[in-house]
Amino acid sequence: MSGFRLADGGLIDRSRPLKFTFDGKAYTGYAGDTLASALLANGVRLFGRSFKYHRPRGVLSAGHEEPNALVELREGARREPNVKATAVELYDGLVARSQNRWPSLAFDAMAVNGLLKPIFSAGFYYKTFMWPASFWEKLYEPVIRRAAGLGRASGVEDPDTYERSNAFCDVLVVGAGPAGLMAALTAARAGADVILCEDQPRVGGQLLSDREFIDGRPAPEWAVSAAAELAALPNVRIMLRTTVTAAFDGCFAALERVSDHYPEPSAFQPRQRFWRIVAKRTILAAGSTERPLAFPDNDRPGIMLSSAVRTYLNRFGVAAGRVAAIYTSTDDGWLTARDFLRAGLTPVVLVDTRASAPAAFADVAKAVPIMLEGAVLGTEGAKGLSAIIVAAGGAQKRFEVDALAVSGGFNPAIQLASHFGGKPSWSENISAFLAGGTAQGVEPAGAAAGVFGLAEIFAEAAAAGAACAAAQGFAAPAPKLPTVAQTSTAGSLAAWRPNPAKDGKIFVDFQHDVTASDVVLAHREGYRSVEHLKRYTTLGMATEQGRTANISALAMMAQLTGRTIPETGVTLARPPVVPLALGAVAGDHRRGAFRPVRETAIHALSSEAGAPFVDVGQWKRPQYFPIPEDADLAATAAREVETVRTRVGVTDVSTLGKIEVLGADAGVFLDRVCATRASAIRPGRCGYFVMLREDGFMMDDGMIARFAPDHFLVYASTAHAASVYRHMLFCRQALWPELDVNLAAVTDGWAQFAIAGPRSPAVVQALVDAPRAITRTVFPPMSAAELTICDGVPARLCALSFSGERAFEVAVPAGYGAALFRRILDVGAAYGIAPYGSEAMGVMRIEKGHPAGSEINGQTTAYDLGLARALSKDKDHIGRVLSARPALNDRKRARLVGLTPLDPNDRLRAGAHVVETGVAPSAASDLGWLSSAAWSPTLRSFIALGFVSGGPDRLGDEVRIFDPVRGGDCAARIVAPCFYDPNGERPRV
Amino acid sequence: MLINCPYCGPRDLLEFTVKGEARARPDAAADLDSEASRAGFVDAVYLRDNPAGRHKEHWLHASGCQSWLVIERDTRTHEIFGASLVASDAEGAKS
Repeated sequence: MSGFRLADGGLIDRSRPLKFTFDGKAYTGYAGDTLASALLANGVRLFGRSFKYHRPRGVLSAGHEEPNALVELREGARREPNVKATAVELYDGLVARSQNRWPSLAFDAMAVNGLLKPIFSAGFYYKTFMWPASFWEKLYEPVIRRAAGLGRASGVEDPDTYERSNAFCDVLVVGAGPAGLMAALTAARAGADVILCEDQPRVGGQLLSDREFIDGRPAPEWAVSAAAELAALPNVRIMLRTTVTAAFDGCFAALERVSDHYPEPSAFQPRQRFWRIVAKRTILAAGSTERPLAFPDNDRPGIMLSSAVRTYLNRFGVAAGRVAAIYTSTDDGWLTARDFLRAGLTPVVLVDTRASAPAAFADVAKAVPIMLEGAVLGTEGAKGLSAIIVAAGGAQKRFEVDALAVSGGFNPAIQLASHFGGKPSWSENISAFLAGGTAQGVEPAGAAAGVFGLAEIFAEAAAAGAACAAAQGFAAPAPKLPTVAQTSTAGSLAAWRPNPAKDGKIFVDFQHDVTASDVVLAHREGYRSVEHLKRYTTLGMATEQGRTANISALAMMAQLTGRTIPETGVTLARPPVVPLALGAVAGDHRRGAFRPVRETAIHALSSEAGAPFVDVGQWKRPQYFPIPEDADLAATAAREVETVRTRVGVTDVSTLGKIEVLGADAGVFLDRVCATRASAIRPGRCGYFVMLREDGFMMDDGMIARFAPDHFLVYASTAHAASVYRHMLFCRQALWPELDVNLAAVTDGWAQFAIAGPRSPAVVQALVDAPRAITRTVFPPMSAAELTICDGVPARLCALSFSGERAFEVAVPAGYGAALFRRILDVGAAYGIAPYGSEAMGVMRIEKGHPAGSEINGQTTAYDLGLARALSKDKDHIGRVLSARPALNDRKRARLVGLTPLDPNDRLRAGAHVVETGVAPSAASDLGWLSSAAWSPTLRSFIALGFVSGGPDRLGDEVRIFDPVRGGDCAARIVAPCFYDPNGERPRV
Repeated sequence: MLINCPYCGPRDLLEFTVKGEARARPDAAADLDSEASRAGFVDAVYLRDNPAGRHKEHWLHASGCQSWLVIERDTRTHEIFGASLVASDAEGAKS
């Protein structure tokens, strides 16, 4: 015997039957059902197996607090594990499977774990599988994971899309039950912008579950009309199927289940939408969660929370069983008894832990056998409840039942309030925790505030709504409160009777199979603070966050230690309130939209030329330009280097940061920002700059061009461009706002190409408009000019060399970039030009010993890099004072050197250690590391830059390059960090 | 969370980046390498306050007007009490 659909009643649409399957078997439900209510109506009681002991489990609740009825929903790529059947809206074609059972739900081989209970007790992970350590990965963990695993993830990519959205309001109302509707009405009528979020597909909350009458009408009708009034107001947005699931700083996260009630999303619709809602005030009207009672074998299918029994009865027209009993410590059990009677089902017994019957339920007391000061001692049943043993007044009695409604009091749903860190406070009045403090304008109302009487809920929620509106300057008219045929009872008490003899069968946390004996064990072993209890027993750490478990366990621990519940402690709920798909958090930030991609002007051209790209921050830079004759990419890089060293090459340097510095005080400003003296650069010239952080370490280096007395252009490195600009903005705005200077980041505005090699002057001469001459005397190295090229295109030309050859950098507005690149290749063809990529550029900069990102890594100083002489000592600039600290100028510091292997073919890799020769490599003999390494086609040898303790004092010394991770081990010599043309004569040719 | 940028009005937190405690850069002594100079910078760079409570910080409206702001924030609740342009703050400190 089991649950069944009543002949009439409920808020389901009996004209719309829906077909679905559970474990392959076909069933029919109705529109308005949940998966749980439809299965209960079909007589299904067994929904799954428990986590550790594989005990049969059914439905406990009617909402997100469900610990037992977890299923796999959907199939294929859309399969989702651990979905609460009580929170799944039924749709036509729904497919669900039970989980955590093998080979079948009815016969589960792993139920043998129940016999092994002693080893699965609290802390079993720590005790049982300790030794030998090598068994852990190979044996214990795979076995435990397979045995304990609940549902299975789909294992393939989620085919659906998700969206993120933002919303703003004066008053956010969380929950559209009686409190939420009343608060929203009051605030909205006053004129405040209101967002009302309701988890369910319809408004009403608890009103849908109870047989209340409001203004003479059934309560669900009142809820519909209240929602209609709200929907008609322009300042209200009602969001159904939307759960406010987390509270962050001044912002709420809400999950809108746009398509979860369809087999798959309709075209162009996301599955879920993740909202960030910024609200000036918030009313938390999320209701409450009922607690079960603690008694042996309290987990059999058929044992259900009293309020859930009523929800199935009144909202879904489903009776939980044909022969029901009630076990309660609150008036709620009496309400359920009354609704059973109305449905024509007389409970066989109502067991109340309290000494006296509530006066308001004389009708129930007359119709149902009542046992006061009673307790359920145990239950019977194989795959579902068949009988209960009850003790009262010294006598024991057995009742054959197929449903037991239990009520152990209510926990206000204060999770969102505790996300702000507010510590819940214990209320003796309702034996539950209330939100502590009202952080960030969050006001609990209704059951979430521990108020349970409907008339009281309306009055207090209306006041809360008015107060929130008033705080935003909206005067609320005195609310007209609905008249209520009061049947709810205010307040509820809780009682617990842990039974030490049968503690092992008293389930506290159903989802994690934590029993009273685990709590006793935790106590005995000293894990008495609630935080220890939780971690030792895994209590409350399952997907429903212990909503039905935590208070029972706290009460047991309080009883064991002789302390009060607040003394025992409280655990704070953490976000999210309901599980949400990672896809919803990510929204459309996936694949190509994960982060921005920046392409230079010649991206398409490079791509056509077959160049692979390398990521430099967000930029895509062409790495090589291979031609068919190249044997491999290394050959390509070698050919490109050789082209630059002997003829001429062109490469895209558009990604360099470009910051314009303009104004009468531009030179003064740069002298304060840079450690070098930028003001000494004459107009029409370039100069090297070093920027330090205020703590004296390197920030960046690069070139500054000065086009006019009041116009500089700073070329920052690609990697540091953004941070250098932010830093310069800070200096201008915060440190020296009195200076007449302005900054503009123009990196994306200009396409810039380096034309490098001995024949570069001829190529550049062919580009620039007459009559400008590009010769060694007229436009020598370090010259800078604003000019026109290619018949009038505005351009900037600097004679800068990064490669070590005579070279130029020419910049044009980005829109001309691709055309200029083609033109350079055209006019350069006569001089043997070839494009080169970032790889060849990297090789040439190592040959020249220029520090780059691996060297300027935030841990090195100008002194370490051998740049100390470039710094000006006689002016205050950022980092001037602290960079002079003795420890930052210690000769023993790891300082930049070059390294060449004794055998030129010994491969050097960045990251290898530099150690003394002739001693065992160890931390003590470690001298430093290689920061950049490459094969130099020019020197026909591997070369590297590295940091070696006291390195510049040890030129010529032999050291060992030790790379145990990648198997490198060779001898190398310390040399000056410039392998090619150390006197810098070639650019001046 | 919204931050009321003096130029742009209330804007979302995601548009801003934080730098750290809002402190003035010390004035270097005439002798840049004197103990007094060094002590002032060591204090400013390393010995920043980290109170549980109200705290003035430098923020950049990076995805907006690119103004550096001084924002007073409660580090416990993240409540923001106001944002002003750092330039006006700097001038205020000097006058």
